[in-house]
Amino acid sequence: MTLSNAPPVLHITGLRKAYKDTLVLDNFNLSAREHSCTALIGASGSGKSTLLRCIDLLETVDDGVIELDGEDITDPRVKADRVRTRIGIVFQAFNLFPHLRVIDNVTLAPRRVHKLPRAQAEEEALALLDRVGLREKARARPDELSGGQQQRVAIARALANKPRLMLFDEVTSALDPELVGEVLALIRELKSDGMTMLLATHEMSFAREVADRVCFLDGGRVVEEGPPEQVLADPREPRTRQFLRRIIDAGRL
Amino acid sequence: MATTSWQPSQLQRERDAYRRSRTRRSWLIALASTAIVVTVAVLVVRSSSGWDRTRDSFFDFRTGWHDLPDLLRALWTNVKIMLVSEAFILVFAAIIAILRTLRGPVFFPIRFVCAAYVDIFRGLPLLIVLFLVGFGIPSLRLQGGPTSEFTLCVIALTLTYTAYVAEVFRAGIESVHPSQAASARALGLTYAQSMRYVIFPQAVRRVLPPLLNDFVSLQKDTSLVSILGVAEIVLTATNEVSQDFKFVHYVMAALIFVALTIPLTRLTDWVSRRQGWVGGGAIR
Repeated sequence: MTLSNAPPVLHITGLRKAYKDTLVLDNFNLSAREHSCTALIGASGSGKSTLLRCIDLLETVDDGVIELDGEDITDPRVKADRVRTRIGIVFQAFNLFPHLRVIDNVTLAPRRVHKLPRAQAEEEALALLDRVGLREKARARPDELSGGQQQRVAIARALANKPRLMLFDEVTSALDPELVGEVLALIRELKSDGMTMLLATHEMSFAREVADRVCFLDGGRVVEEGPPEQVLADPREPRTRQFLRRIIDAGRL
Repeated sequence: MATTSWQPSQLQRERDAYRRSRTRRSWLIALASTAIVVTVAVLVVRSSSGWDRTRDSFFDFRTGWHDLPDLLRALWTNVKIMLVSEAFILVFAAIIAILRTLRGPVFFPIRFVCAAYVDIFRGLPLLIVLFLVGFGIPSLRLQGGPTSEFTLCVIALTLTYTAYVAEVFRAGIESVHPSQAASARALGLTYAQSMRYVIFPQAVRRVLPPLLNDFVSLQKDTSLVSILGVAEIVLTATNEVSQDFKFVHYVMAALIFVALTIPLTRLTDWVSRRQGWVGGGAIR
């Protein structure tokens, strides 16, 4: 494998985040090796989204350290914009810019942040769109696409920054069941390309298939973590069992 | 939860201290640069050769203060004109904006008339409208027609401002996503009902800031009615200036106008924030 002394891509220690009186993340610890795919599962409000937003510095943490490739990105001296270019995030609601064409959504960051010439940015964007199977939609507006197509564009847009780490925040929750597959197939492909990923998800079967490790979050902490076959099939913690039972009852596993 | 027992780590205390020191620094820079700009401006103005004469005429606040009650009494006329006009403007503008959204050939004449009205009165300078209405309508000698200057001013201001405000409303209505209209119609609401209960309320929230902008602008433009000889604040100030040749009366009138608009702006900001109409928190 890789050099054993290389720092993990992501290393979180003692993370704390509270909104007013609500404690969302409480002394939270997590680490992600290069090329790993970590699935975060847990009930709504267990802190999955907040965790991803903290990692992308969209929230200011109240305590603790987040290290990206060994660099403390929670240090206030760190330029947040520069850190964000190294992390890609995909949201539940796609959040494409509706006033821009698909291609311009993808080339926005390369052109404005990385100052790539237009021709080069568009060439790379077309290659990315090709990869997500939407090259022919390059000139379309986001409104003209289906949810699954929009989400694939959102993934291409995040990939355009050539991120070290990809964060997926329940990216299939807003999609019709028949459109979920195309997005998950794309994530599966990214995994096989070796992208380091954090995946907040309710798709347990997908988590079992693609993740190297599953973390069950509850009360702002990782209650149980381990290989998917163990956590999902034979959980040790009562709270994990309870959560999975509810999922099974809802017919989602 | 156990928020009280938590103590920030050493590292977090250092971060907080760093952030505080950055905040202090920004404050100091802001204060220092403001002080420098103000000092330079004061020095430049005071060193000009005409400063003494200007000061005696424009900043003779003793005289200005003495005649302030007259101005404030005259201000009441402005406020009355503004409030009455604004009430008419909001109603007419909303009606015109909604009429302009009607689709279908049946409504073409209505749409056409509304569009023509808006195009014409947005293009006409208020001063000309005031002259035309103020001298034109009385010269018709209509039976029971308006003759008081107050009414004529309200008509002129309403004609002009309704055209602007109608466009503001229309922009707001069109910015509401079509899915909202679809959901309302899907519940069985008629076009008028969905406009009244779903579309228009959302439109108004969105256009509140530009609406206020026009409101403030109207407030200031009430001073233009002085050309019709209405004893409002600017005409009163002009009379006072012509008596003692002190321009301080205009300065006082200016201060009154500013004092009137600033609280209004802040109030609207506050209302929008309280209602959660303003977009989410900024990201650093």
